[in-house]
Amino acid sequence: MKNRRQFLKVAGLSTLGLAGGLALPGMARAAGLKDSYRSGQEALKGGHWGMVIDTRAFDSPEKFEAVISACHKYHNVPAINSKREVKWIWKDGYHQTFTDQKDNYPAKDVLERKYLMLCNHCVNPACVRVCPTQATFRRSDGIVVMDYHRCIGCRFCMAACPYGARSFNFEDPRNFLEDRELNVSFPTRMRGVVEKCTFCSELLAVGKAPLCVEASEGAIVFGDLDDPASDVRKVLAENFTIRRKPTLGTEPSVYYII
Amino acid sequence: MFNAKYIWPGIVLFVVLFTAPFWLNANTKTYVRPEIALPEKGAECIEPRAFMAAEHMQLLDTWRDMALREEKRVYVSSSGKEWAISLQNTCMTCHSNKVDFCDKCHDSNSVDPYCWDCHVEPRGNK
Repeated sequence: MKNRRQFLKVAGLSTLGLAGGLALPGMARAAGLKDSYRSGQEALKGGHWGMVIDTRAFDSPEKFEAVISACHKYHNVPAINSKREVKWIWKDGYHQTFTDQKDNYPAKDVLERKYLMLCNHCVNPACVRVCPTQATFRRSDGIVVMDYHRCIGCRFCMAACPYGARSFNFEDPRNFLEDRELNVSFPTRMRGVVEKCTFCSELLAVGKAPLCVEASEGAIVFGDLDDPASDVRKVLAENFTIRRKPTLGTEPSVYYII
Repeated sequence: MFNAKYIWPGIVLFVVLFTAPFWLNANTKTYVRPEIALPEKGAECIEPRAFMAAEHMQLLDTWRDMALREEKRVYVSSSGKEWAISLQNTCMTCHSNKVDFCDKCHDSNSVDPYCWDCHVEPRGNK
C-alpha cells in the first residue's frame, strides 16, 4: 500500500513526463522550422552600414529631387503638403541641419547650400529605447528598422528622435497615392503607424545598393563602416566630415562632407 | 424544493437558450467549402495544398519575423525548393486573383485579416 508521500512522487513525475511529452513534438517542429530559413546568397552583408553625403555635389534642386523621388516613389511614400507630411529623405538649410554647429558666420556657399537628411541609423538609437513594443529595433548590421505590423502608433519614437526622421500617418496614406502609380513590389503603410527610412534593407537583401545612392550619381557613398577597405571608409579618410547633433551621443551613421 | 415554481422554468429556459445554436441550425444547410480560384499557371505551391490551407497564417507570421527580424529572406520548402519571402512578390505572383482566392474563403469563415491595409493587392483583380 502506498503512502501519501509515494503517491505524490509518482503523480508529480507523471505530470512532468506528460508535459514534456506534449511539449517535445512542438519544440522539435519549431526547431525544424528555423532550418528552413536563410538569407539570400547575393545579400550584401555588413558589420555597420553607413553613408557619406558629399554636400558639395548637391548644387541644384534637380539633384535633390532625383534622390528624393527615387526613394519616395519606390517606397510608396505619400506626398502630403501639410504638417502631416510623411518623409523618408528630405532637404533643409545649414542651420536647420547642423544645429550643433555654433558658427555664427559660416562660409557663404556652406550657408546657401541645402542638405539632404534621412534617418541616421544611430549606434545608440533613442527611438529604439523608447519603443514599447519593440516595433523599432537595430539589426546586427546597424540598420535601424521598423516592423510596421507591431507599431501601435504611440509616437514615442517621434518624440525621441532628435533628427525628425520619423513621420506619422495621420490619415490613410493611400488617399494620397495614385493607385496606378503604386509600386506593387513594396507595401504601403496604414493609418496610425510611424514610418521612416530603412536604408533600403529590402534591396540590400537582394544585393542592391540603396536607391538614394543609385540616384545620386556618386554624391552619396554607402558601405560598411567596420571595414577599413570599404568605399565609405576611404571617402571618410580623404575628406573632412561632420555628423548631425554629435553632442547627443546617438552616434549617427550618416556623415556629411562640407 | 423551495421556490420550485420559479426555479424549474428558469432551468428550462436556460437549457433552451444554451442549446439554441445547435437546434436552430439543425435543419439549415451544411457548410460548403467555397470554390476558390487556383492559379492558372498550374505550378506547385511552396508547400502541399493541405498544409497551405491549414497553416498559411502561421507560415506568413513566421515569414514576417524571419524576413524582418532575423534578416533571412529565403524560405527552403519541404521539397527543398527556395522561395523569396514576400507576400506581394512571391505569393501574389501566382495567386493574382485576391477576390476569388483569399476573400472567398476568408468571407465564408468570417475572418478579416488586415494584410491588405498595407500590402498592395495584386493587379490581377482590375
